[in-house]
This record gives sequence, structure tokens and C-alpha cells, in this order.
Amino acid sequence: MTAIRYQDRTYDCAPGETVLDCLTAGGVTVPSSCRAGVCQSCLMRAEEGEVPAAAQAGLKPTLAAQGYFLACSCRPQTPLTVALPDAERLRMAAEVVSIEPLNADIVAVKLKPSQQLAYRAGQFIRLYKDDDQSRCYSLASVPELDDHLEIHVRAVPGGQVSGWVHRELRAGDAVEIADSSGLCFYVDDRPQQPLLLLGTGSGLAPLYGILRDALNQGHRGPVWLYHGSTTPQGLYRTRELAALAERHPHFHYVRCVSEGEVPEGFRPGTPLDAALADHPVLDGWRVFLCGHPELVRKGRMEAFLAGASMADIHADPFVPSGGGLAAAA
Amino acid sequence: MSLYDQIGGDAAVNAAVDIFYRKVLRDDRISRFFTGVDMERQAAKQKAFLTMAFGGPNNYSGLDMRRGHAHLVAQGLNDSHFDAVVENLGATLKELNVPDSLIAQVAAIAETTRNDVLGK
Repeated sequence: MTAIRYQDRTYDCAPGETVLDCLTAGGVTVPSSCRAGVCQSCLMRAEEGEVPAAAQAGLKPTLAAQGYFLACSCRPQTPLTVALPDAERLRMAAEVVSIEPLNADIVAVKLKPSQQLAYRAGQFIRLYKDDDQSRCYSLASVPELDDHLEIHVRAVPGGQVSGWVHRELRAGDAVEIADSSGLCFYVDDRPQQPLLLLGTGSGLAPLYGILRDALNQGHRGPVWLYHGSTTPQGLYRTRELAALAERHPHFHYVRCVSEGEVPEGFRPGTPLDAALADHPVLDGWRVFLCGHPELVRKGRMEAFLAGASMADIHADPFVPSGGGLAAAA
Repeated sequence: MSLYDQIGGDAAVNAAVDIFYRKVLRDDRISRFFTGVDMERQAAKQKAFLTMAFGGPNNYSGLDMRRGHAHLVAQGLNDSHFDAVVENLGATLKELNVPDSLIAQVAAIAETTRNDVLGK
């Protein structure tokens, strides 16, 4: 018998029995459908213990790296502590280290969590204004490079949380955050693969993190970042990105402006238009899409039709705070 | 050796799913049934379908098929669309150099779902 811990109870898993069958027999409701390791309905996460490789077959590397596995294919040899993927994440205190403007609408907030936070650049944390109001923000920081967590918060008109961040929050304040999650991050399994990073507005935050993470981990394939906004003033971190492009000849930084006059050095149109014009064939590419929900939706389809494999297309899973198209533009 | 193993098992399904889904999205006859859906979820469903059609492990029931496609039948899904999907499936396998005799067996398995998919 192998012990499976789930929500503070222990279930005995017989030799050859799956985690899904074991938990289901114990009265736990685990979503499932095909029971053949295909549909991924029974996705769970191992918080402690070793998951057999067969239970991660076919999962995205980003999922496997975080201990996700398929309960229907998991016949554990050693004890496991498991959770459903949407289980309530740990809340913790954090201190605001600094708040700096990035442009007229967006500030960078640096946070120091009270506990060590294991995360990857491009994942997101939840920031609580109070018990009722919270928003998810993607991490621009890289654990190996940066001392603090960094998020980019755009002032959304009428936005409760973003308004509070912009108007009231100060360095030294205590806030609450929830542990990082999300699957939009870099994994160093194929260092030669071309990378396409595409985003608008504060969607640069995860891309800025993923980019520096990939370069820091020695990614050798070409890396293209297309950052867009309606106006040149909407873009930010331009000097830092240009400096990175100077230091890493295989990194290319393209600034896109979709409205009004387009100054020299900028590309007209959306970052998706510019990227597809430069790279009409995306066979073998890994693609990251962040920002405007419509751009993410369209980008996913276009990148796939241009040849990128579905498993290689990563995107922010949530609509930025405030919702609506204007919020993310 | 089972059909599923002859085709190449899970690795063959993984190789086929992107090609198949791309063909379906590019096919003007049927693409409208696939737009506006969550692409990742859709790809997982395509994978389950291919596994079943390749004779692999599955527990799909006729009732699942009926329920899963009822909203598309209401939008006009009919035999011509089903034929187009089977055609794309065959073309996918041809592209992966699967022998014609095996493709015929896959098409025959897919055919068994026709009435349930179309709610007949």
C-alpha cells in the first residue's frame, strides 16, 4: 500500500491502483473523463513526493515542471501529497519595496514576500486590496536575477485594485499576496528553439521576465520580442530591452505602434502583424502571448496556423483586471 | 499487434493532432464549427478523438458523442461536414506515411460514430 495525502486525509493506494481510482474509492470527487491519460481532465498536482514519469506523459513541460500529473495514469510507488489544480492557494504577507512609474499609466511594484516563494518568471500572483478585492498580476522578475517580486500595474479607469495601487500604495506598506501559479513561463528543454514573445501594454511584464529567464538560462536559439501599444509613449523598458539586444546578438527587440504617426525605429500595426510579416512560418517555434485578450486569442490561432505546435504556444490564462479591451490596450 | 500499436500508439496521436487540427481549421467547409472555442481544450478533445479512431484506449460512449455535438447539430452539422472531417483525418495519416490499409481501418472506426455525432 502507498499512502496518498489529499486535504489532510490519507488514502491507501493498492499496488497497481491509480491515484484517480484510489481517491474516487475514498469518496473524493476528482474530475475525470477518458481515464486513459488523454483528455487531461484529471489533472492534479503533487505537492510532495515523486510522480512516475508515465503520469506526466503528454503534459506540457511547464506543467510537468510544477509537479502536475494525470491521476488516471499515476500508479505511485512512493507516498504522495496531492492537490487539485484549482485548490485555494496559500496567502502570505508581503512588503512593498518600491513603486516606480514605467510610463504615464503603468507602475512597477516590487514586493518582498514574508516566505520564500518558488516561482518562474511569467507566472502570476494574486494581489489583495482587501478580502473582497484582488487581481492577478504577472511576474516580470526572475528568481535567479532579482531580489524582489516585480509586477506591472496599469491604472485601469475605475479599477478598484489598480486605482488603489496607483493612488494609495506606498513603499513600506504591508499587503497580502497569493502564491504564484500559471503556465506561461520558460522551460530550458530545447535551448536551440526560436522564441517569439508577443505582447501589448503591461503584457510586457511576463515577457520581460521570460526573456531574461531564457537568456540567463543560456537559451541559444533566436529570441524575438514584439511589444506594441497604441502610441510610442505606451511602450516602456525600451532602454533596458535595447541594451539586452546589444548584449545578446540573438535577441531582437521590435517596438510596434498601432495608431497615429509612427516615428522612426517603430513598426506600424500590432505586434502580431509585425511578427507574422517577419516570420510567416513558425514551424518549431515556441510562442508566448501576453496582453490584450483579443490579440492573445488571435495570436494563438495565427501562430498555430503558421506552424507552431499547440504545445509550444503559451498565453496568459486570465483577462487583465478590469476586463474589457481598453483595460489591456 | 493492435491497430493502435501498428500506427504508433501515443506518439502517433501526438504527431497527428497538430496536423489534423490545423487541417480542420483551414477547411472552409467546417472551420466555422471550430472557431470561437478554447483552442487548448479543443486540441485535447481532438487528441481523445484520434486515440479512439486509432483503436486506442478510450471510454467514449455514444451518449457522450451525442451530448458533445448536439449544439453543433443545432447549427447545421450534417453528413457533408462529417465526411470532411474523415477526409482530413485520412489526409493527416497519409502525411504521416501511414499505410492505406491502416487508414481504411481508422476511417471505419470513425464511421461508427457518425450517427451519434449527427444525433440521428
